[in-house]
Amino acid sequence: MAIDAPATPIDVASIKKDFPILAVEVHGKRLVYLDSAASSQKPTAVLDAMDRYYETTHANVHRGVYTIAEEATRLYEDARKAMARFIGAGSPSEVVFTKNVTEAINLVARSWGGANLHAGDVVVLTEMEHHANLVPWLQLKAERGIELRYLPVGEDGLLDLSDLDRTLAGAKLVAFTAMSNVLGTLTPVRRIADAAHAAGALVLVDGAQYTPATATDVSELGVDFYGVTGHKMLGPTGIGVLWARAELLDAMPPFLGGGEMIRDVRLDGFTTNDVPWKFEAGTPPIAEAVGLEAAVRYLETLGMDAVRAHERHLTAYAIDTLTARYGDDLRVHGPLDADQRGGVLSFAYKDIHPHDLSQVLDESAVCVRAGHHCAKPLMRRLGVGATARASFSIYNDEADVDVLADALADADRLFG
Amino acid sequence: MPGLEDLYREIILDHYRNPRNRGELPVPPAHAETGFNPLCGDEITVYVQVDGDTVTDLRLTGQGCSISQSSASMMSTAVKGRSLEEARAVIRTFKAMMSVHEARLDGDDGGPVEPEVALGDLEALQGVVKFPVRIKCATLSWNTLTQALDSIAAPAS
Repeated sequence: MAIDAPATPIDVASIKKDFPILAVEVHGKRLVYLDSAASSQKPTAVLDAMDRYYETTHANVHRGVYTIAEEATRLYEDARKAMARFIGAGSPSEVVFTKNVTEAINLVARSWGGANLHAGDVVVLTEMEHHANLVPWLQLKAERGIELRYLPVGEDGLLDLSDLDRTLAGAKLVAFTAMSNVLGTLTPVRRIADAAHAAGALVLVDGAQYTPATATDVSELGVDFYGVTGHKMLGPTGIGVLWARAELLDAMPPFLGGGEMIRDVRLDGFTTNDVPWKFEAGTPPIAEAVGLEAAVRYLETLGMDAVRAHERHLTAYAIDTLTARYGDDLRVHGPLDADQRGGVLSFAYKDIHPHDLSQVLDESAVCVRAGHHCAKPLMRRLGVGATARASFSIYNDEADVDVLADALADADRLFG
Repeated sequence: MPGLEDLYREIILDHYRNPRNRGELPVPPAHAETGFNPLCGDEITVYVQVDGDTVTDLRLTGQGCSISQSSASMMSTAVKGRSLEEARAVIRTFKAMMSVHEARLDGDDGGPVEPEVALGDLEALQGVVKFPVRIKCATLSWNTLTQALDSIAAPAS
């Protein structure tokens, strides 16, 4: 595989200065954070925006008529506009704030699924889904007897679509990830979405890994529901987004009940608020929305095409460096072509258990994830109990990959 | 800050590389119990043969990290051939050693726990408590054995 010249406009040395945590030392060594697929770090711009909000503007939203309450409401709704712009939504009213993608998918399963899925109805998933896109559907299978079908994962770590049309036949919903959190695989969203629509099914896409890594346009992707998690895209924890086409949201019953989501409540009933507030019961994560908007602006300034180019280059560099150095002792799970994957790299090193590997890497202040990555069916498909996973973001560079490569040699000392 | 040598003691690595009592036992007469560590996906199956009051045989299958596998291996040698009462005492003593950290989190310093039995090689696993995330690795086989012994004591009707 050829490695591109690092002619991307991403200036990692400058970006690293924007992330205070990267100045932290662990065991007296520079922190090498390679777990952004689990949760990314936050730039000062995000942290400052949240502090400034709490220090100058905090009040509950959509309630008070006083100045700072109006300002808090404006900031919260501005964040919705920013997220709508960031993912190509037609209107901010199609953007529902949730806790994360997990809650976004549960919202669709409970609300849309509750109203539209009955015994025998078919939902199509894939073998590479995160538990967040498996368990809500397994719950509906247990509760009301829906049928689940799975698009298989091939030996190359790509979805096997050879039987796509037959799998989709009669389905009501196809729900899948745009980028595997284990294999890094980028899935052919548009192709599957078009086939699903031709079969009369709606399409839900888990964008937890995709949107932080790639320019996202939900209308170009051709999907009906799309979930994003803020804390994986430089934003704070506790906020994410469900995007859905307006007519779908309008027709869906509310998910959680409480304040904010109602128009009127009497002792014998209630009427619901307009979308998107119909789905936002209770006081929302306001400061988190403010932080998320700051994250969006930070990424927009860099440009998502530049972000993708950087992570593509770094992924290719990592695959080349690790395989050149360790040969058959190191096995990368998933596609080896960086064009087919994002910056998420699961690997096996000799027969050292990922837990032990991660423990040894920590001695070099290298943070990688070890485990099943909330994708146990995929682990079984790969024939492993767990993997070690390094994942990259804009603040990682080739030097970080080199530290990882060096640190792997230390594992031989104990386990070789 | 604890170092790797606190965790990966030589006796631990020996049991990891050369696990004792690997394999299965016919069920019945043996009893089998499978335990999972939801954190990392490790799973272990403990086969226990109890005759009268004695744990006459104990075998292990499954996969996991060096800590979970060596802990299971050492457990098998510590428990095999013991009376049920002695086996329970070994489990209690080991779990007490592993719960030092959790006790501190509860604000209960408690002072040193008087060990009921000598743990021998198992004391090498004491270093695990300095790595709280790994305690569940070390206790996986022990919790599974406890479940197996409970099932034997009170068979499902």
